[in-house]
Formats: sequence, structure tokens, C-alpha cells
Amino acid sequence: MNWMALELSLKLAAWTTVLLLPIGILVGRFLAWRTFRGKVFVEAGLALPLVLPPTVLGFYMLVAFSATSPFGQFYQSLVGHSLAFSFDGLVVASVIFNLPFAIQPMQRAFEGISAEVREAAACCGMSRARILWRIELPLAWPGILSALVLTFAHTIGEFGIVLMVGGNIPGETQTIAIAIYDRVQIFDNASAGLMSVVLLLISMVAISATYLSASFVGRRHD
Amino acid sequence: MTDVAMTDSAGLNVNLIDDGNIPLDAQISCQPGELLALVGPSGSGKSTILRTIAGLNKPRQGVIHCNGDIWLDTDKGVDVSTRQRHVGMVFQNYALFPHLNARENIIEGLGHVASSERSGRAKELLTLVHLSGLGERKPAALSGGQQQRVAVARALARDPKVLLLDEPFSAVDQATRQRLYRELVELRQQFGMPMVLVTHDLDEATMLADRLCILRHGRTLQSGPPFDVLAKPANKEVARLVDQKNIFQGTVIGHEADMGITTISWGDFTLSASYQPDFQVGKVVDWVIPTSHVGVVFDDENVVSGVVSGIVRLGDMVTVSVTIKEASSHPLFMSVPVLEAKQRNLKAGETISVSLISEGIHLMTPLA
Repeated sequence: MNWMALELSLKLAAWTTVLLLPIGILVGRFLAWRTFRGKVFVEAGLALPLVLPPTVLGFYMLVAFSATSPFGQFYQSLVGHSLAFSFDGLVVASVIFNLPFAIQPMQRAFEGISAEVREAAACCGMSRARILWRIELPLAWPGILSALVLTFAHTIGEFGIVLMVGGNIPGETQTIAIAIYDRVQIFDNASAGLMSVVLLLISMVAISATYLSASFVGRRHD
Repeated sequence: MTDVAMTDSAGLNVNLIDDGNIPLDAQISCQPGELLALVGPSGSGKSTILRTIAGLNKPRQGVIHCNGDIWLDTDKGVDVSTRQRHVGMVFQNYALFPHLNARENIIEGLGHVASSERSGRAKELLTLVHLSGLGERKPAALSGGQQQRVAVARALARDPKVLLLDEPFSAVDQATRQRLYRELVELRQQFGMPMVLVTHDLDEATMLADRLCILRHGRTLQSGPPFDVLAKPANKEVARLVDQKNIFQGTVIGHEADMGITTISWGDFTLSASYQPDFQVGKVVDWVIPTSHVGVVFDDENVVSGVVSGIVRLGDMVTVSVTIKEASSHPLFMSVPVLEAKQRNLKAGETISVSLISEGIHLMTPLA
């Protein structure tokens, strides 16, 4: 069992989830209630990681992160090291790759809040912040929670993009999914099997948690 | 924009013009303590006007003043946000916050009250709407009538400068509706703000409101006390909207001031109408008479004869249509109690004489 790789995967999933929480709420809420020219293209663009092969997305990111690209140069001048083959790079790639997993459930959740309920909140004289905190977030919570769980579980299991952007550096970019691949390559099926079971359990717990929370919230309104 | 000098006037004053999806050309006013009903068919713009007063709809041009405060003045670039307008709004489907219980729903409207006093005030409001003891229930655990009461309490929690009611009785059964009517009448005695009720139910509006405002295609056609509007519609359009069945055309023959009547010709008949000297002799007019003012001959006033063409029983009353071919291709309708219809043995095809009470005949200028 490669504990270092598991820890790295959990750390990457946690960072990705934490960063995508505010992004998902802001973008999901915006897309739920606003109509604007070209909205469908924005939505399509955000959904692209769902259908694009991770290696393709990973390739473009690798190009963008490289020291020859303006973005890569800017980051290197800011932090002192390259985004490519670093944990920071993995986090950025992971956030981009998980945008649809975070935004779409949150957008559906905000769409589910009726316009009248929001208008009633404004008629009550509630401030925007209070409406968000007392009305919108509690009502959208099941969608937000399932978005976070999906993002977390998806990040832990991600392989292609991690390999492309991060490579396979133990302690820096070697996640558990890559460690499994690594073990299988050297015919260490016992370790690969153990790590696979751990991933399976984490995924099972995560997905069960979303279903449980959905049924709990369903009862809460009765 | 019409310059409406209404900044200093009390109550609510609204003047809106819009050429959007639902065009508006509406002028309404509602005094403190007054209940104004906006009545009109679907798409008449009544809910849009209510939403505009609340700041939830933005008209192209408009002025809204409430108790001297300017809420909207498009010419001056003033548009106060909904949350700052101090409106109490009861939505058609109540729009309660589903995850909060009744008490918490009300507390959300008490943001202007010191936090230590909110709980006590919410309790008072629950008692006011006859819901004490049910404060901990979520909306889904309340009946339709109880949900409506929570919505009313939440709207009142705001200490609103105007109370806006958007078809608040449409989602409950008849028995509950009657009870909620009584409760609204009771509530009115305790609150002095202007109240605007949107409804498509004319009976409801007549029963509850001090004044009716009849709307069609976003235009205010006529405002006034319910029975004035019902009995004296401004024109044929309003008469139809207030469900007048007897709308005919005639010609003014003369005015007799000492007898208080205006005489008109209607086909071969000459009828005495209520005294309306503003209509010139010889002028073609529309006229209307409520079905309640037409009856099987009781005296020799305005007697016309015709053939009974239909009898429809509705509850305790019977609506009888009588075709008077010497005067109109449209039948004349009258309402008679079921018992009277039986005693007189009214049957389709029978020739009868009916009498039109002159004070019920109201003349109207024909539409252009």
C-alpha cells in the first residue's frame, strides 16, 4: 500500500473540492438565473471536459503550463517554479477538469429554487447576503453537496490528466491511481489490488453519501 | 410621461406606461386603509402592475409614489429596489421558504426589528392569523389555508407601507376561501396601509374591495366603488368584463328632468332609463341593464314581450333568456328565483311580457 500516493490523492481532491466550492456556487448560480447572448456556448465550453479525452485536455494544459507559454512564464516568475510536473499544476488541471462536475449539479440546484421564493425574500427586505445564506444555499444544498462529492471522488480516481500534467513523481505528483498503474507495470498485483479496494471503498462511500443526503433533505422539507 | 403631481399625496399612486410583452397604460391610486381590487381577464396586466409596485418588474416609463416616498420615477432615474420599498406581498402560490418553519418564515420579514424582539413579534403575528401553536411546522405540513395565513403574516411582518395580494385565494377550496375572506376583512380593521388585491373573480372583488379597477390589455378602463362599476359601466367593454349580459343599442328620445328619466327607443319599444341628461337627444347609445332589474311583469314599467328561448338553473336562481325580435337579435336575460319560475310555469317557446326597471337602465357612449 502506497500511503504517500493515497495522501497525495486525498490532498489533491481536497484542494480541488475546496477551490471549486465558491467557483461552482458563483458560476452555477449565475448560469441558473441569467440569460445572455452566447450562454449556450459558455455552458458547452464548461461541459467540454465531460467528453474530451483527459489526455487531450492534459496535453493542452501541459503546453499552457510550459515555461515557453506566457501563462507558464507568468506563474514561474510569480512562484519560482513551473506549473508542469508540480502539485500546483495538478490542482489547476484538476480544477479545470472538474468544472462540469462541480458546476452542473449546482446550476441545477439553483434552477430548482423558484423565482417567486427569491422574490418573496426580496419583498421581506432581506439583504443579498442573507438571501444567499438563509434561502438559496440551504435550498441548493443537496445539489452543492453532490457536486462536491462527485468532484472529490472523481479527482481521486483521475488518471490520464494527472499523468500528462504531473508525470509520476513520488510525493509530488504520483497519485494513488498512478501508483496502481505503476504497481501493475511491475506485476505487483497484491499492492495494486489493495489500493484498488481502497479507491473502490472511497468511491462507494462518497456516492452513498450523496444519495443519503438527498433523501435526508427530501424529508427535511416535509 | 404625464406629469402627475402626487408626491405629497397619501397612499399609493401609480402611473405606468410600457410597450413590452404585456403592454401597460395604467393609472391607479389607493388611499391608506383602502382595499383596491385590480380585476381583469388573464393577460390583462393586473399581476404585472402588482409586481411593478413591488419593484419586481421594470416598466419602460412610470411613476410610483407611496405615502410621499418616490419608489419609481423613470424620468428622474429613480428606481428603489424591492428590498427597500417596504412592500408586503402575498404571492399566488404563497412562495413560502420551504425549509423554514412558519415562525422562521415570519422572522425573515422582521429584519427591521431588534433581534431580541423578533421571536415575540412572530408569535403575535401567528396569533393574529389564527396559527398559534403551528409555528414550528414546515409549509409542507400546513394546509393550503394555513400556508396562505403564514404568507399574510410574513407580508405584515415587514410593517409594509402597502400590502399587495396576488390572487391569494385562488389556491384554496371554497369553504377555506370563505373563511379567509372573513379573516381579511378582520385584518383590514387593524391595519391602515393601502391594500391592492389582484383577482379575476369579480364576486370576490365586489365583496372585499372598496374600489374596483377594471383592466384589459394592461389599460385601466374604469375605477370606482364596486356597485357603481357593476351597475354603471363606462362602456360596452367594461360592461362585458363585469359580466353584464344585457348590453343593447338604442337612441335617446328625450330627457324628463322632473320625472328623473331619460327616454330611449329600443327597436319598436320606448323605454324609460335612469336620468342621464349628458346624452344628446337623437344620439345612438349603448345601454345596459343588470339581469336582477328585469322581471316577469310586475307593473306597467318598460314592458316588452318576447319568446322564452332558454332556461338555465344556477343554484337558487334561474336565468331566463327572452328573444325580443322587434328590438334585438340578442336575447334579454333575467334572473328569477326558482320558486317564481315554477309558479309562473316558465317554459321555452312560451311568449311572455317582461318589465325593465327604469333605474337599472344605464346609458353608455358607444366605443369608437
